[in-house]
Amino acid sequence: MNGRTPDVVVVGAGIVGACCAWAFAREGLSVTVLDRAGIGQGATAAGMGHIVVMDDSEAQFALCRYSQRLWAELRPQMPADVEWQACGTLWVAADEDELEEAARKKTFLEAAGIGCELLDAKSIAAAEPNLRPGLAGGLLQPGDSAIYSPCAARWLLAVSKVDVRLGVAVTRVRSGDVTLADGSEIAAGVIVLATGGAARSFVPHLPIRPRKGHLAITDRYPGWLNHQVVELGYVKSASGESAESVAFNIQPRATGQLLIGSSRQYGVDTPDIDQPILGRMLRRCIEYMPGLAGLSVIRTWTGFRASTPDKLPVIGPHPEARNVWVATGHEGLGITMATGTARLLADSVVGRAPEIAMHPFLPSRFVEVSRHD
Amino acid sequence: MPEIVVIGAGPAGLSAAAAVRSHGQRVVLLDENPAAGGQIWRGERTAVAQGVETMFGTRALGIASAGMLLCETSESAVVLPFRKLVVATGARERFLPFPGWTLPGVFGAGGLQAMVKSGFPVDGKRVVVAGTGPLLLEVAEYLRSRGARIAIVAEQARWTSLIRFGLALRHAPSKMAQAARLAFSTLPRAGCWVTEVHGTEHVEAATLTDGRRTWREACDYVACGFHLVPNTEIAAVLGCHLEGGVVWTDDLHETSISGIYCAGEPCGIGGVDKSLIEGEIAGHAAAGRLPVARLFAKRARARRFAAALDAVTRLRPELARLAREDTIVCRCEDVPLSRIRECSDWRSAKLLTRCGMGPCQGRVCGSALESLFGWRPESVRPPVQPARAGTLAGLTGSA
Repeated sequence: MNGRTPDVVVVGAGIVGACCAWAFAREGLSVTVLDRAGIGQGATAAGMGHIVVMDDSEAQFALCRYSQRLWAELRPQMPADVEWQACGTLWVAADEDELEEAARKKTFLEAAGIGCELLDAKSIAAAEPNLRPGLAGGLLQPGDSAIYSPCAARWLLAVSKVDVRLGVAVTRVRSGDVTLADGSEIAAGVIVLATGGAARSFVPHLPIRPRKGHLAITDRYPGWLNHQVVELGYVKSASGESAESVAFNIQPRATGQLLIGSSRQYGVDTPDIDQPILGRMLRRCIEYMPGLAGLSVIRTWTGFRASTPDKLPVIGPHPEARNVWVATGHEGLGITMATGTARLLADSVVGRAPEIAMHPFLPSRFVEVSRHD
Repeated sequence: MPEIVVIGAGPAGLSAAAAVRSHGQRVVLLDENPAAGGQIWRGERTAVAQGVETMFGTRALGIASAGMLLCETSESAVVLPFRKLVVATGARERFLPFPGWTLPGVFGAGGLQAMVKSGFPVDGKRVVVAGTGPLLLEVAEYLRSRGARIAIVAEQARWTSLIRFGLALRHAPSKMAQAARLAFSTLPRAGCWVTEVHGTEHVEAATLTDGRRTWREACDYVACGFHLVPNTEIAAVLGCHLEGGVVWTDDLHETSISGIYCAGEPCGIGGVDKSLIEGEIAGHAAAGRLPVARLFAKRARARRFAAALDAVTRLRPELARLAREDTIVCRCEDVPLSRIRECSDWRSAKLLTRCGMGPCQGRVCGSALESLFGWRPESVRPPVQPARAGTLAGLTGSA
């Protein structure tokens, strides 16, 4: 291309690609980032930007927690437009069963050294006055936060001083080079595929399915909401396999706006707003926060999560092409897990032992490794 | 039986509803304003043809489900069944950012006229009217009739293009007479434009130029209008195909979506006469009747006028260079030009600067960015205007 061969080519300038660029640049490697559109325009733009520790599985928990720590290390340097908000996560327990689940979660998190607080009916009402009366209680995870992800991706790329080429579509990835839509090639020792759901076109047989989500954002209502509030049933919605589900999930933005989710749909590949599911999602949220019904929604949109059968991301060597690495399949936790994902890959490439176990995320769990490069 | 629903009670919508009604069919005319007339006849011509059912103060947002239009009033959500739809959503003013355009006292030309009609006093105030298009003349004359002193009517188009426009009107003698009368009474100055508005708390003066000479006019208000932008959002959200920024229709004003018609400004800016004729044709067609032939000849004449208008109101390139690096482009989110310049397209500007992400959803800055950078707006999603969460949740009857 321009006579200079980068050490690393990262395909995809979403949050995962941006974190990979940052992690590889830290190792002193030269990095070129390519994206078919712009910075953070895929799932990064669509998602909520919630940095949350989930504990659906040991591996999920380990990567969330590791990533959250890395995010916290970055926080002091972040510019204002990343809109870091230490809003915590408030898990809502509607009934006694869910309160039991909250208590289980608390025991687990505390054993792992994560501070959290069990709330009874009275204290959850005090924490979020706009929740409906009659809820059993909840669990507050104060260490969680929210960011504005597209600006986080832009910032990470800028501080890493990497070469970013936008509007550049990659058509083929091989060991040692990538081919662009115009037929030109870029050679690189290491290639990282951080292409979200599009990874399927570069890694045959990878079982990634797009999982569509809807979001709505309101006008500015500063002080209306204090935490990211999520129903405990969210975990069922996220980890379940049903074709269509909704869950109450709402986040206060730095602007005073309220970001309202969430829905999950398999088998839909059009980005249009699906009014019935949007309606169902909003009704679910209004059940929990009746006052929402009267607030003004200024915009709705959809996005696609890259989901895997075991609800864990795919991080590790490409099953066929040597020195090509994969970082995708983060479903709804791409923002949270981006930092940890990037560090795991950087560790692997430079030959350093990773801080957390990497085997649960390896592509080889889905695709048989058969190198013929 | 579900009826024919007309969205927008301006000239096109009124005319469409009357045409439907002339065949004895049920028609519901809805408009977000409290009365008929649209922006142009606001408060003056509000008569609705006999037998037309009206729903004023009702805003159309999108489709709730097949054959059901989702709307809301200030009190509740309304789901309106329809057999056919006529979209007659009119146009809005185009704004261009220039230094000082966000100062109190700078208005859209049509916006100031509307405010004065509802009681805003301009008596004794000195007003600079600037921009392009015949609306400037009408506004200037109206403001003068309400006691304002018009400092200048600055038309950006050159005299030569105004003369060409005048010649194009020769087929429409009434328009020619109207234009001549307005031009004579307001004495516009061609080939000149506002480059900056000055003031600390409020407008105090405007700088104008004709490209060679630059001067200042002291003033209390600046009314600027850079012609009109068609309101195509509802048609777009209904799935209608747009071409060149306007709604595509066939000869009978049916859009690419069967049973949805569109008339007036969303099909191409052309003024009242074109809207009235197109509305009438669309109304007959929606009612399943063939419009009489003479309407098509009238429409052809109105479209010639529209083409001439389009040519004369084409913005000169200097206008796209007025904004400075610190000039706010997106008023909802306070985004200055310098931040937008860092972005390569609309989508990245929205994502990385929040430009166009506020309550107006790019209605104001979108057309400015089209003029400044040639960026075409992204696809439109429901709700086309801010709506209560309860309405979008499908909870009818709740406030």
